[in-house]
Amino acid sequence: MNLQENNISANNFEQCIKCTVCTVYCPVVPVRPEYPGPKQAGPDGERLRLKRGEFFDEALKYCLNCKRCEVACPSNVRIGDIIQSARIRYSKHRPTLRDRILANTDVVGGLATIAAPVTNFALSLKPVKLMMDAVLKVDSHRSFPKYAGEKFVTWFNRNAQASQAQYPRQVSFFHGCYINYNYPQLGKDLVSVLNAFGYGVNLLEDEKCCGVALISNGLISQARKQAELNTASIRRAVTQGRKVVVASSTCTLTIREEYEHLLGVENADVRSSIDLATRFVYRLIDEGAKVVFNDDFKLRVAYHTACHMERLGWGFYSISLLRSIPGVKLTVLPSKCCGIAGTYGFKKENYATSQGIGESLFADIADASPDVVATDCETCKWQIEMSTPFKVEHPISILARALDLEKTKQLNK
Amino acid sequence: MQTERKEYDVIIIGGGATGAGTARDCSLRGLRVLLVERFDFASGATGRNHGLLHSGARYAVTDGESASECIKENMILRKIARHCVEENDGLFITLPEDDLAYQATFVEACRKAGIMAEIIDPELAKRMEPSVNPSIIGAVKVPDGSVDPFRLTLANVLDARAHGADILVYHEVKSIIKEQNKVVGVEVYSHKTKETKRYYAPLTINAGGIWGHGIAGMAGVNVGMYPAKGSLLIFGHRVNNVVLNRCRKPANADILVPGDTICLIGTTSSHVGFDEVDDMRVTADEVDLLLKEGEKLAPSLASTRILRAYAGVRPLVASDEDPTGRNISRGIVLLDHAVRDGVEGFATITGGKLMTYRLMAEWTTDLACSKLGLDRKCVTADEPLPGSRMEDSPKGRSFLFDKGGQSAKHRHGELSKKIASDNPFDRSLVCECEDVSVGEVNYALNELHVNNLVDLRRRTRVGMGTCQGELCACRAAGLLGEANNCAAKAKSDLASFLNERWKGVYPVAWGEALRENEFTQWLYGGVCDMNNVNNWRK
Repeated sequence: MNLQENNISANNFEQCIKCTVCTVYCPVVPVRPEYPGPKQAGPDGERLRLKRGEFFDEALKYCLNCKRCEVACPSNVRIGDIIQSARIRYSKHRPTLRDRILANTDVVGGLATIAAPVTNFALSLKPVKLMMDAVLKVDSHRSFPKYAGEKFVTWFNRNAQASQAQYPRQVSFFHGCYINYNYPQLGKDLVSVLNAFGYGVNLLEDEKCCGVALISNGLISQARKQAELNTASIRRAVTQGRKVVVASSTCTLTIREEYEHLLGVENADVRSSIDLATRFVYRLIDEGAKVVFNDDFKLRVAYHTACHMERLGWGFYSISLLRSIPGVKLTVLPSKCCGIAGTYGFKKENYATSQGIGESLFADIADASPDVVATDCETCKWQIEMSTPFKVEHPISILARALDLEKTKQLNK
Repeated sequence: MQTERKEYDVIIIGGGATGAGTARDCSLRGLRVLLVERFDFASGATGRNHGLLHSGARYAVTDGESASECIKENMILRKIARHCVEENDGLFITLPEDDLAYQATFVEACRKAGIMAEIIDPELAKRMEPSVNPSIIGAVKVPDGSVDPFRLTLANVLDARAHGADILVYHEVKSIIKEQNKVVGVEVYSHKTKETKRYYAPLTINAGGIWGHGIAGMAGVNVGMYPAKGSLLIFGHRVNNVVLNRCRKPANADILVPGDTICLIGTTSSHVGFDEVDDMRVTADEVDLLLKEGEKLAPSLASTRILRAYAGVRPLVASDEDPTGRNISRGIVLLDHAVRDGVEGFATITGGKLMTYRLMAEWTTDLACSKLGLDRKCVTADEPLPGSRMEDSPKGRSFLFDKGGQSAKHRHGELSKKIASDNPFDRSLVCECEDVSVGEVNYALNELHVNNLVDLRRRTRVGMGTCQGELCACRAAGLLGEANNCAAKAKSDLASFLNERWKGVYPVAWGEALRENEFTQWLYGGVCDMNNVNNWRK
């Protein structure tokens, strides 16, 4: 008798047994009553949408794509993917100019960094903010992350590239938009940490934004093009025997998980070679790489597990890495969504939701009162810095400061 | 014993599509009607079939007359019952194992019956219906569709009621009252009040489906019926949006129909005894057969979750010794027992199909009028049913701030205006799988002859989704208990409802369906204290 052993539906939506634990873990549900919650928006809604597309509920736009529902699900239903796919397939909402500007981090970042001081100054002016609020519906409470005067790539090519060949082992680095345009320091920190462990750093031959913002703003064909370009670049690096390291948890998740599932860009052959920076470094140390820390380094750190970090299941690596630093006094914050979800929280209509979601995390941070908050996600960094008085750093930047880079480098030659 | 003094012109026995349709037609033509139903509307063969809006193509080669009746009624239902019908279209596909030569015979027979049958390129067929078996070598497009038999029956009942008919559900006919050789009324037992009452009318119409055999027996006449069991499987979601049939002589499990949120494969055909017709069970062999053949129509069925299995009994009229029942005419049989058996005041309407219920009702009402000496024209082919009277068919509309509104509009048409949705409680969902709100449940409880949760399911789809009652049954029981002001009955009703759901899951209880059912049982046993209710399965 055929027992239908391979009873598998798209994104496992039929594996749902309606236990509703996903809805319990959804950060949007408590603050947005009109959002039906992941169970209803996901597997339940899918049946109605398969019946007729008109059952698509535009309220699905409230989904942050944090994927905490997927982490909670005991039945391995890809709830977040079901919701994103439904938005891609059925939403009648067309991306606005605002959405395109927010989503095109590459183009906008490239232009903005040309005249960074002017851009930063202009974006911080009250009248500009109010105008953006009124015209573009970008909430005036938001501050754009500052644009750097020199792109990371420019810095790398001028100052670092020449010396990379001397290291015995080589990796490639997917820097992403944030490091390139807004925060080259993290890129520099990663290069120095990897160099200290005996790894030379290579940029990919070509790299575009991972596309997460394009996906969430419904610009799918552009996202697919960029995914294809990035995958081809990654594949070339992997073929040459290099792993590809990514600092951002969201870029990592997008490239590893979303390219194939949501965009249909096949990358199974290279997927396991794409690694998160903290995981890569943790494993180096675990496998015997030598470390020397600065004796005087002392820091009270509160670690925030970003949603996509939770989905990757890799919070452990960043937490353990931070714990291994002798001078660090670590508090692990309860795992909660900060509410920003990339471009979501910048949109005027989502501001209240975004802050409502983050409120309890902000309170946890205040209670911990650390010197610095650590997280692997750049957009969580913006949100926490915009919403609390605390500074936020990537674990790799903290490690770069804690390590005696020169001594470590000598030992790992 | 009480005798109801109210005067009726006609008593109709049986609340299936035929009985309800006849009640509507009679009352529209000004007759005073009493409709009596043993349990609930559409609880026999009416509610236990594919829900296929036949184009008639299936019968074109073997039974041209049925085919041409089908296509006419198909076109009429699209007009008068828009809220019950989905205009999906159908494909008759030829697989490599089938004879492609049959296609020409088939198309020619369709043409003769007046059915638009168009041979299309198999590639086009695959684009029309991506789930179809990719190895097809031929495809014919026909105007098949889906029809919701529960909604259709209810709409007929509601219109009959609006035209003065009295409706008695859970009233079982215990005997036919005869004076000399004339049927003058019926004696009915109320399952609700446990009372027996007598009702009189010059004409009694037996529309009891397969149970009509027994009813005729009470009047002392023999109607030779042939109970043919047909089993079907319901899948968890729509695999196809176009009806898929095999282009060959009708056989087992060769129709896959998309209906509402699910799709159905069926049927089997086997002879059963009259002693079995009240408790049909689907066997493991039938499940195997349905799956094996279903996969040939749409290979993805092999990996699609099955929700449940069920079986109905076709009320075929025996004509020969065919052991399968497949070759028996599906034609309409209207018997005036005065002419046939010398018993006045009694008629039987049987045979036929869900598709031809309206025509069956028309013929029966014509007979009733002629027997009562009235000359009134039938209007049921033109008058839309309640629910299908809105200006436009339900159009896509975001239900962002009107949760549940969309599904309810599909189910109840313009009558959905009666569903309360003013406050968040009314808008909140009872059934999450099928999008049924508190307002909709209360509307059904108050206005649609609902006596228990199973009836409620037929009116609203509560409990028909993948969870099979896990989340909705207790909420619905709460509303039922409130409406009847009786928690104890609601609780025992809840147990019956869940048992009935389990009966359908049992033949396909493996994988997710079993896992979910275990979870349901744990939930109701552990959290809702159902272990202490007498009729709860152990």
